[in-house]
Amino acid sequence: MIHCGIDVGSRSIKLVFVEEAATGLAVRARHILFPGELDLADAATQAYTDGLSATGIDAAQVATVMATGAFRKLVDCADDDVTEVSSAARGAAFVCPVARTVIEVGAEEVRVVKNDAAGHALDFSANDKCASGAGSFAESMARALQLSLADFGAAAMRSTTVIPMNARCTVFAESEVVSLIHAATPVEDIARSVIDALAGRVAAMARRIGGDGATDAVLIGGMVNNPAFVRALRESPGVGCLHLPEFPEYVGALGAALIAAERNRSHEHA
Amino acid sequence: MIANYGYQDGTGEYYIAIDTAHCAECPVDHACVKACPQQMFEIVEDDYGDSMSWIKEEHRCLLIDDCASCKKVSDHTGLPCVVACTAGAIEHSW
Amino acid sequence: MSMLENDKDYWRWQESCWIDERRDWRTARIVSAGIDIGSVSSQAVVCVDGELYGYHSMRTGGSSPDSARKVIDALLARSGMAIENLHYLVGTGYGRINIPFAHKTLTEIACHARGANYMAGPSVRTLLDMGGQDCKVIRCDERGKVERFLMNDKCAAGTGRGMEVIADLLKIPVVELGERSFAIDAEPPAVSSICVVFARSEALGLIKAGYTKNKVIAAYCQAMAERVVSLIKRIGVEQEFFITGGIAKNSGVVKRIERLLGVESIHTKYDSQIAGALGAALFGHTLMQKQTKES
Repeated sequence: MIHCGIDVGSRSIKLVFVEEAATGLAVRARHILFPGELDLADAATQAYTDGLSATGIDAAQVATVMATGAFRKLVDCADDDVTEVSSAARGAAFVCPVARTVIEVGAEEVRVVKNDAAGHALDFSANDKCASGAGSFAESMARALQLSLADFGAAAMRSTTVIPMNARCTVFAESEVVSLIHAATPVEDIARSVIDALAGRVAAMARRIGGDGATDAVLIGGMVNNPAFVRALRESPGVGCLHLPEFPEYVGALGAALIAAERNRSHEHA
Repeated sequence: MIANYGYQDGTGEYYIAIDTAHCAECPVDHACVKACPQQMFEIVEDDYGDSMSWIKEEHRCLLIDDCASCKKVSDHTGLPCVVACTAGAIEHSW
Repeated sequence: MSMLENDKDYWRWQESCWIDERRDWRTARIVSAGIDIGSVSSQAVVCVDGELYGYHSMRTGGSSPDSARKVIDALLARSGMAIENLHYLVGTGYGRINIPFAHKTLTEIACHARGANYMAGPSVRTLLDMGGQDCKVIRCDERGKVERFLMNDKCAAGTGRGMEVIADLLKIPVVELGERSFAIDAEPPAVSSICVVFARSEALGLIKAGYTKNKVIAAYCQAMAERVVSLIKRIGVEQEFFITGGIAKNSGVVKRIERLLGVESIHTKYDSQIAGALGAALFGHTLMQKQTKES
């Protein structure tokens, strides 16, 4: 039996197919679609059909489609939907059983979830209202310096000087970056300052739900691919040993699929 | 004077209000300063020449983070600063 | 698109300089000055015998000591004065230690209240200052002494920089935003995002959905007004109500704030941006008087 989790964010739509195997649940396949200018509801449908053909799975084999993500209500082909917090907690527990703090940094939202061994969310803190606390903070500054986010992160890795960032608002930070540029501050140091500031805010959220240096944490979402951010997060108080899963962007979709499988099993036993 | 230190952003309003009229004759020797585990309070002279307690500038826009060690997401009771000020001059807005 | 794409200078507002030719500093007993260095604009004010003599307002440059020097020098040059002619100079602005040649620095809160008391009269009880990068709400007594206050300098919503972002996006000079926000068929609801960055994305969506630029401005001004009113309500508004700072010149925000509060603000003939520097100069006058009495 196959279950599909579909995570609809504003930038990308991720799918994960899990399958019941002899040893338990296992990931069968993954797929991603970038909607671009497409209407998100249409994009979600297309992502599902593309996903099936790309992975060679027949629609008839899929028992449940479970949606998650900021736009989970737009998925017509979904049988049900589940919150991002629940799917992050469940997916993280699967890819990193030892972690009890799940940190997810998206472009427009950040969430930190405290979970138990079974992947149930015990507490969480989320921000989708202030841009300075999410990935777009780094993106805006990268754009101000006319760098891609990847180059921005690479530049930050080369920095050897720590400059604290005073502004805690994306708009004010852009002005601060302009002043730093005028003062001939090296781009590497500016980039590091921005990424450190973002990591500091994310770590503070982890502390707020009781995270401390002793708890293992797992980072999910695209920021795993930004070594400067990972370094800064590791060095922040409140973040214990930080684990980086493979396929970090798919953990939410994976969690949704796993929840679908669990619910299916409990229906069978009821 | 009721001084509110803190900020407002997309996620909400976070202010610590201090009624500084009580500070000049503080009966507990400015216990708020020692009570705060993050050392966020300090005693300064206000613009009218009286002594008062305030939140240090570097903490004001970081309240939600700096107060986190005392205020976990689900539990806001018995805050050390509020308890230390017997005059009841310290209030948190969140 | 970067929010700094201001090659066409949509942010530009009028830098101003004014002298009261009827007064003569040469015959004054006390000449005091105040300098207010904000993150976006800086002001210098000179008072003769406790009365406003002149002011200069300009965009803040690189460092605060430089801006302080520039803004006071410009005013002194206009009036034929030299810095030695000033008996007492008080500095204010964000952060306390920024003007090395000032005799004293005071908080912008105290200075704004004192300045507002002069500009709007002793009946002023509630002051709203919407600056370049901050927003202040102050309650004061009939002497301009602060009774309670609240400031927000963390978030661009409700600040001049927040308005500049929308001016840049729509390619409309910031000074035209207020009037244009009323050239609409029906009042739209506020943009739902409080955060200026998200509001900006929302504005782009509204334009795609058929909103005119003016209607987008109206939705944005309404959102800003709601943010600010939330802060005002935390302090409580008591009449008379007075608005200072750059955004006081933006009728789009001002009228919507008045509408939400159900209170009208006092009008003044003075430039709304000088309250801080004026208050500083008045404090300087009082401090000089004290000094002369004691010597």
